[in-house]
Amino acid sequence: MRKFSPLNLAAIILGVGFLYLPIAILVIYSFNASRLVAVWGGWSIQWYAELAADAPLLDSAFISLRVALISATAATLLGTLAALALVRFGRFRGKLLFAAMIYAPLVMPEVITGLSMLLLFVAVAIDRGFWTVIIAHTTMAMCFVAVIVQSRLIDFDMSLEEAAMDLGASPARTFLAVTLPLILPAIVAAWMLAFALSLDDLVIASFTTGPGATTLPIRIYSEVRLGVKPEMNAVCSIMVGVVGIAVIAASLLTKVGGARGTPAQA
Amino acid sequence: MHAGDSGSEFVKRGAERPTFGKRGFAPWTDRTAQPLLRIQALRKRFGGFTAVDQLSLDVYQGEFFALLGPSGCGKTTLLRMIAGFERPDSGRILLDGVDLAPVPPHRRPVNMMFQNYALFPHLNVEANIAFGLKQEGMPKARIAERVADMLALVKLEGLGRRKPHELSGGQRQRVALARSLAKRPRVLLLDEPMAALDKKLRGETQFELMELQRQLGLTFIIVTHDQSEAMTVADRIAVMDRGRLMQVAPPKDIYERPNSCWVADFIGEVNLFEGRVGADADSVEGTAFGRLRVGRKIDVEPQGRVWVAVRPEKMRITPAAPERQASVENCATATVVDIGYLGDLSIYRLRTEAGVEIRAAIANTGRSADQAIGWDDRVWLSFAPEAAIVLTR
Repeated sequence: MRKFSPLNLAAIILGVGFLYLPIAILVIYSFNASRLVAVWGGWSIQWYAELAADAPLLDSAFISLRVALISATAATLLGTLAALALVRFGRFRGKLLFAAMIYAPLVMPEVITGLSMLLLFVAVAIDRGFWTVIIAHTTMAMCFVAVIVQSRLIDFDMSLEEAAMDLGASPARTFLAVTLPLILPAIVAAWMLAFALSLDDLVIASFTTGPGATTLPIRIYSEVRLGVKPEMNAVCSIMVGVVGIAVIAASLLTKVGGARGTPAQA
Repeated sequence: MHAGDSGSEFVKRGAERPTFGKRGFAPWTDRTAQPLLRIQALRKRFGGFTAVDQLSLDVYQGEFFALLGPSGCGKTTLLRMIAGFERPDSGRILLDGVDLAPVPPHRRPVNMMFQNYALFPHLNVEANIAFGLKQEGMPKARIAERVADMLALVKLEGLGRRKPHELSGGQRQRVALARSLAKRPRVLLLDEPMAALDKKLRGETQFELMELQRQLGLTFIIVTHDQSEAMTVADRIAVMDRGRLMQVAPPKDIYERPNSCWVADFIGEVNLFEGRVGADADSVEGTAFGRLRVGRKIDVEPQGRVWVAVRPEKMRITPAAPERQASVENCATATVVDIGYLGDLSIYRLRTEAGVEIRAAIANTGRSADQAIGWDDRVWLSFAPEAAIVLTR
């Protein structure tokens, strides 16, 4: 281990501070006893208590949670299938194009994704609401899933599947008994990332949502425009907590999966 | 091809044939014996590269058969076609007389031991060995029994609960072997099974593998590029080059009676002298080593082009002209260029007057005191007529 030089230390403090100071302030002020947002009035958890009584906000939180659960699951299914196709079908016509098309939405501005989804729903005359948000979030998140699962599949030792078939397992049994358990950490990690992406998305959701399907980020955004209420700080702190846990768990799972696969292949 | 279609009385199709040791085991010389595995005119191309080219081969029940060849000769492709992982372009593979072409890998009664072992990292040793038995729906109690048997067979008792990454390389190799043997396959395919072991362990494992094969009475087909490994374990060796069989014979015949210069050169070291058949049919004239007398009549008309092959260990080095040599045939003077001391034997690199390089291997039976021959010495090289192998291609 190298020792930190003063320069490195300064860089770390600046970098981390730049990233996390706003969030830290948000979390601290969510425990503010004062009703005025910018004035510190001592510690309190009253805003968390008031959240429980805020029915519209709770509704939105529940909608967001359901959207995130369903869209993350759908995106994980579709993304895993796309990854399997890319890695396993060998060379097929248009493979490079397909691979590039999987990556492109990762860097596509959300406004464009949102707008194009909106146009699609209008064109095919689907009433916008709960399910259109789910479709849009699935579309956005499945690319991330495909990339994560693909990287795991590329490292996957094909002779393991051959060994399973050689020992009498049908292709379907081979997938369930050997392939799936070995890529499961990546799939779970991908699901968690998809869940977090859906939970905190504002742009795409606001393009594709309709009456009765106000997600939590949309609710927060619209309320904050009328002035920051202390309850909002509390909601946001909870969201930071949930998303943070999901992302940390996802990265830990990817690591565990990688560590378990490595020695066996040595 | 053997006359296999005549209804043999004592070799029933698929019946186990007892193998009482390896002495006298030579079903390939028995014209009534039915081959267990019959490969007919098999062909496989990858793009413009022909991996296996019109290959025909018979393997018998209880045989330990080796596919030997340089890397890229198609031996692994042939093995993978038997296992069902590659589809032949043409030709047939018959097991017990049944064409395997429509049978998918998971329904073939053959098992394979993979070069990298391919142990399932998420399952422990017992579950790895039990995997194949579970697929065929064997009752749990019998699976446990068989797994215990297999662990005992490969001497891994007490390690059943370990995960593959908690085992040494040698132990992993044994688990892979136990797993591929657990289903008692009709044919066990071994793809370079000892490539990852160190030299000493490899030597021990070779003998254990032979013992195991004899005990179980199964048919093994091993792919290897290590000729000493093939010579040690196999009843017969198929030497392959560029997708074709060069020679199929027991190890001794491959070494002592190669059928071509390529095989003679590939298996061990050899000195080759090109010449023409002499008038008396047991001599070769015009070689770089002078006139050579060979131990038997050559089946080629006089003046036909032939090669004489002499193994380095059949060469004799003497400080003076050999007395017992009837004439000046089969001997020449040479200068020692290089000596490699290997412990059990020494390899001499010599150059004759004519400038031909010769290799000779001398066993170091005595102490080094009587190794009177050193660098730059002028010596006599000779070999017995019986040591000469005459090759026509």
